[in-house]
Amino acid sequence: MKRREFLHALSAGAGLVIPLGRNAWAATGDNPNGRKLIVIMLRGAVDGMNVVAPVGDPNYARLRPRIALARPGADGGALDLDGYFGLHPALMPLMPLWQLKKLAFVHASGSPDATRSHFDAQDYMESATPGVKSTPDGWMNRLVANLPAAATPTRALSIGPTMPRILAGRAAAVNIANGAAGTRATPLDRPAVSAAFEQLYAHDARFGTAYQQGRDAHREVMAAASGKMGGDAMASEMLAANGGAPLPNGFPDDAARLASLMRNDPNIQLAFVALGGWDTHANQGAAKGQLANRLQPLAQGLAVLAQRLGALFDDTTIVVMSEFGRTARENGNGGTDHGHGNVMWVLGGEVAGGRVLGDWQGVGDQQLHEGRDLPVTTDFRTVLAAIAERHLRLGDRQLAQVFPALPARPGKLDLLRA
Amino acid sequence: MRTLIPIAFAAIALAGPACAAQLTPEQQAAHVLNRLAYGPRPGDIARVAQMGVQRYIDQQLAAAEPLPPELAARLDSLSAAKQPAGDSLRAFLAVRAAAKNNGEEGKEQRKEVLTAMTLQTAEARIARAVDSPNQLQEVMTDFWFNHFNVFVGKGLDRALVASYERDAIRPYALGNFRDLLGATAHHPAMLYYLDNWLSTADGYTPRSRREAAGAKGKSSGLNENYARELMELHTLGVDGGYTQQDVTELARMLTGWTYDNRDLALHDAGFRFDPARHDRGDKLWLGHAVKADGQREGEYALDVLAMHPATAHHISYQLAQYFVQDQPPPALVARMAQSYLASKGDIRSVLRTLFSSPEFMAPEAVGAKFKTPYQYVISAARAGNLPLADTRKTLGILSRLGMPLYGCQTPDGYKNTQDAWLNPDALNRRIAFATQVGQYVDAQSLQATLGGSLSPRTLGVVADSAPPLRAAMLLGSPDFMQH
Repeated sequence: MKRREFLHALSAGAGLVIPLGRNAWAATGDNPNGRKLIVIMLRGAVDGMNVVAPVGDPNYARLRPRIALARPGADGGALDLDGYFGLHPALMPLMPLWQLKKLAFVHASGSPDATRSHFDAQDYMESATPGVKSTPDGWMNRLVANLPAAATPTRALSIGPTMPRILAGRAAAVNIANGAAGTRATPLDRPAVSAAFEQLYAHDARFGTAYQQGRDAHREVMAAASGKMGGDAMASEMLAANGGAPLPNGFPDDAARLASLMRNDPNIQLAFVALGGWDTHANQGAAKGQLANRLQPLAQGLAVLAQRLGALFDDTTIVVMSEFGRTARENGNGGTDHGHGNVMWVLGGEVAGGRVLGDWQGVGDQQLHEGRDLPVTTDFRTVLAAIAERHLRLGDRQLAQVFPALPARPGKLDLLRA
Repeated sequence: MRTLIPIAFAAIALAGPACAAQLTPEQQAAHVLNRLAYGPRPGDIARVAQMGVQRYIDQQLAAAEPLPPELAARLDSLSAAKQPAGDSLRAFLAVRAAAKNNGEEGKEQRKEVLTAMTLQTAEARIARAVDSPNQLQEVMTDFWFNHFNVFVGKGLDRALVASYERDAIRPYALGNFRDLLGATAHHPAMLYYLDNWLSTADGYTPRSRREAAGAKGKSSGLNENYARELMELHTLGVDGGYTQQDVTELARMLTGWTYDNRDLALHDAGFRFDPARHDRGDKLWLGHAVKADGQREGEYALDVLAMHPATAHHISYQLAQYFVQDQPPPALVARMAQSYLASKGDIRSVLRTLFSSPEFMAPEAVGAKFKTPYQYVISAARAGNLPLADTRKTLGILSRLGMPLYGCQTPDGYKNTQDAWLNPDALNRRIAFATQVGQYVDAQSLQATLGGSLSPRTLGVVADSAPPLRAAMLLGSPDFMQH
């Protein structure tokens, strides 16, 4: 099977007739920048087995006597997904999306590389070249250059103080600070100051480009934040309305801001946010505790994002991923150590959701990778490539640029409705 | 190891004339001030050029200059940064309990105490970085802190980080690597941060009620967090040739390496080896058959790791990356690794090899490094004679630039490469900082301080600009972003 045929099968399901209509494969007349991708990376390896927990597997509770989630219905129990898997109760804000079938999970997914180093594994997930450290750029940066239609300075946006590896590369990408500072005026907005620094940086071989990109992006983001982009008027009203009411700190706050920016600035097509604090080696808790305290604002932020994107959510796919999973067994300290397979979360208007996808083999002792971890049965690149092709409409040649050496025979995965 | 020093001097003698031929004495002085120190203070370039770059390097390696009285007095006033780890922890535990039991008043009290702790610890670090004449020691303290990173935001480490830097890092920053490795391995801040304090043999049960209380009492079984990072980050490097099995076996060897919060808070008693928590089986680690030997197993592991050729390479690579360029020349790294092994991990010897190398003094190395946010802010304070009197503001700037002090959550510490720090928003934010502080700086003396590290183009543009903007432009110039 050729790659294109395979990916058709992957996203539509073999033998399924591709539906006509707005989301049809060959649809034309769409704004080429209108299809959005947001990637949320959980740095530190989130414990996927307690995010989407195999509560129906008798071995699950045995592997995790102190941290296993209780079955649905019990006090602090998991939220039933399909009679076998249960969602962590702190992720309650996502249940409406699950019920609307706009949220899917791909379990036992991850990188084929065996490393249990956070830093190497994150690097591979961001370069999309597992096992190859010399790849100079990140896959989202390659995506910027390979999407249909010309790129603009803000096509790819990261929220955070540094440029992540995933967006590193030759194509322009911008970052804004977390929190309100990201859309606040700076001294460079004063004409005399910007004129002076413009001269200093205009011809600088090393920093000139970064300087200019920063200025362009800042102007555009400021315009979007103040609703002057002629995009979605509703969003700026909403932003103004939020001026009085404090938003919750952290990710929900950034998610709300991101949604407003994307609605106001049609040029923003790709966005990235990284969240830390998932490396739960000790006392991670079960329904409550350390992991729950991290998951709660994440779920809240994703729900805010989906809600505030409004109609744009239909044209958006959101992926949540983490560098590897954690040990199937809890360790001696009520925590989990570095593992292998994990769960990827996929949300969006075109997601064929309400299902836990992937090749799940159970958590019996015989099924575990090296006797300790979830195996990886779905390569993370398969999931990303399906989204890139079906949702972002990448052609074969472009897809090969973004995801070189895609695995030859990954399993079938009906991830998207289109 | 002392016998090897003359060889190192011989290498300097050989390298000396070669580099002098390529950079002027003033350029050399600016270069060593930019790398061994956090950049020049007013008059520094002329002073170092006059005393000779080699003498300056020797002086910095010796790190024996007395502190100026004002700095000594300022440090002396920062009690939270000075007090023993036990006192800090006791204060921390007291306000934690108060916040739990005494409602709003307790929470207020906690905030007050923790804020003072944070601000004083940071003030001590920043004051030394700006004002200490032993600049290389400050640079290396920051380097090793990142190498053996702990995160101030993780629970008790809020109280322990001051002692960690003061007692486990700074004294060994220019000493022997094995001592440094041992000091970090034994310090409660590291034992806590990477969870080894909790790790036990399988099936361990606490012997008394007191032991059974708290997180530590509830733990029974291996935690491999520290063992993995000890090999991956602190010593061998990720490609150092170890396996998952080696991680598990090393974790077993390190069981029982712990400390006790109560003993630390009441008696300032830090590291403790607890034989009851230790796994008494034999181990097979990195090809070594390790007989059960209590605490000695862990000490043996540190011995082996400290003198491993992979460690010599890893440490040399990181030093060369920090001091020379992001992609350090392999030949230089190899010579440094040789020097490391020959001197049995003597950090000064490795640095001598580095500083005397033609690669370090090569014109292409000058300005090759993009400053980290910390280097940027400290170097601005030095060059511009900024007092940085309000530590809260300084910490806010570092956070906005993406590098909160002691705030790196992950054990790999902050990177120091251009790839990690150069981005469109970073330049905007640095320029915003330069514009804010520039109004307090005299442009003319700043220009004199920075000397030849400013390009003719920058000097021309600045000269053509409105005088009130000139200092900001110098601090926000492309030239000042690099070092």
